[in-house]
Amino acid sequence: MATMLDSRTPPKAAAQPPVKRRRRSSPVHWNFAGGLAGWIWLAIVVMPIYWIVITSLKLQNDYYDTNPLAPPADPTLENYRFVLESDFVQYFINSVIVTVGAVGPAVLVSFMAAYAIIRGGAGSRFLRAVNGLFLMGLAIPLQAVIIPIYLIIIRIQMYDTLGAIILPSLAFAIPLSVLVLGNFIRDVPKELFESMRMDGATEWGTLWRLAFPLTRPALVTVTIYQGLTVWNGFVLPLILTQSPEQRTLPLALWEFQGQYSVNIPAVLASVVLTTLPILTLYVIGRRQLLSGLTAGFSK
Amino acid sequence: MTIAPPVVRTAPLSARSAAGSGSVSWMAWPALIAFTLFGLIPLVGVLVLSFSSWSGQTTDIPFSGLDSWRSVLADPQLPHALGVTFLIMALSWVVQTPLSILIGVFLAAQHRYRGVLAVLYFIPLLLSQAAISITYKALLDPNFGLGAGLGFEFLQQDWLGDSTLAVGVVVFVVSWQFIPFHSLIYQGGVRQIPASMYEAAQIDGAGRVRQFFSITLPQLKYTIITSSTLMVVGSLTFFDLIWVLTAGGPGDATRALAVDMYTRGFKANLMGPASVIAVILVLCGLVLALALRRLGGRDQADSQLEGA
Repeated sequence: MATMLDSRTPPKAAAQPPVKRRRRSSPVHWNFAGGLAGWIWLAIVVMPIYWIVITSLKLQNDYYDTNPLAPPADPTLENYRFVLESDFVQYFINSVIVTVGAVGPAVLVSFMAAYAIIRGGAGSRFLRAVNGLFLMGLAIPLQAVIIPIYLIIIRIQMYDTLGAIILPSLAFAIPLSVLVLGNFIRDVPKELFESMRMDGATEWGTLWRLAFPLTRPALVTVTIYQGLTVWNGFVLPLILTQSPEQRTLPLALWEFQGQYSVNIPAVLASVVLTTLPILTLYVIGRRQLLSGLTAGFSK
Repeated sequence: MTIAPPVVRTAPLSARSAAGSGSVSWMAWPALIAFTLFGLIPLVGVLVLSFSSWSGQTTDIPFSGLDSWRSVLADPQLPHALGVTFLIMALSWVVQTPLSILIGVFLAAQHRYRGVLAVLYFIPLLLSQAAISITYKALLDPNFGLGAGLGFEFLQQDWLGDSTLAVGVVVFVVSWQFIPFHSLIYQGGVRQIPASMYEAAQIDGAGRVRQFFSITLPQLKYTIITSSTLMVVGSLTFFDLIWVLTAGGPGDATRALAVDMYTRGFKANLMGPASVIAVILVLCGLVLALALRRLGGRDQADSQLEGA
């Protein structure tokens, strides 16, 4: 605590008036209450994560008779082996298929729609109506329309397939993606579009050669946000699939937990394994991931 | 990839840019079709199904007029589910908002530990609610969980077996996952406050606490509204978390609207009444979103939500 305080006490500039303070990017000083809340909450966040990891490395017997917060005396990967042998490779592949299959097309069609709305919205009532529709779509919670979706999926005979998860995931990724991508395309200077047009480029060509490179950061952000949403999705697989072969990771996790509820270390190893891909991505692209998480919500 | 198919008619060079709109309209169609099929049609569909007595087991859908509505509205389960939903909503707002603001302000300042903090801090956002709930279920086990291991009497309660405690656990787990998200929003909001305001306040002799309440909080008004809207409307749809953690139990202590809908529809095969609950869910969301929008003034809320 003491060191923390020391490090944060603003360099006692009391002697000098605030003229020399360099606070360009941080208008707010360190504050005690915020710091306290920040550090305590950090502990609350980290503790369960630490516990998951160390417990997943313990044998089942050790789990029951050692201190839960003590690291394992002899760490074992036995639980991981057990989880991998329980078809988690299959579930992992399913999750990848569903995520890529939903997010790829969703971002593509959203990008096209956003482009159309920004470029043509001023002169087309149709495009303005489409825009209004997507804005309204932001307010539709997936859970609330899950029953008709279930009916549609049965009717088109896609129940218990990965496609059944992909289609609604794709559709529900569209409104927010259009909104965010539209905001970025709007920032592209009009003159650039104009000069593309002068050069005789088609709208389709302009979309790819001008808008695409200039909105690439936004596309990455949106892809990450939607990817995470679909990857972690639970309701759609729960309702629209049935057989173990079609399970995605969150659902598999839940089933696994139901089946081996006494084998806590194995259950936690499955939690670690399903989270590992995302954590790896997080380490690689933290900045983009975090901006992706608040996509469209914070300016 | 970049080769333009000749499908598109180029706008006549002399035309104003708006005149070329006809040639871009087609690009909106794929998204429109996808969203119509699985977003709009189901929205209408849920209203239609609320007048049916579909079992979900067959494709035969018998219509039964207002029967489902009557039975749901007369069922004491509805006020209970509404009560649970609003209780969880209110508690999680009360827990998350002050903490998120404090932490957001803290994170917005430059300091030495920011990098480390940020890396660890946002991990909960990446985990699926299923994973989080499974973890907490094991962690809170009265016999083998953390409490037993540490020997703390207080932690050794039957967290998920007691009605009051179970609601508390749901609120805590929600906060555990989402406080980082809302802190992130507040951090962005705080960074937008002009430094000059604080400098002026300092010259006027205002202390830290005073600055927080007189500058930071009022300046964050629209951020608070955005964040609260997301919290409140989002809490209507908590399903994964509650379902995995308690499945609505013990008894029906945590049977919020979304859980109630799922249980009626997919466990009891009563899709009609379940659709009624779904319609109520949509209405609650709309009313709350509109109410919060009014609170902030129409234009501002708009630009906040739309700004990326």
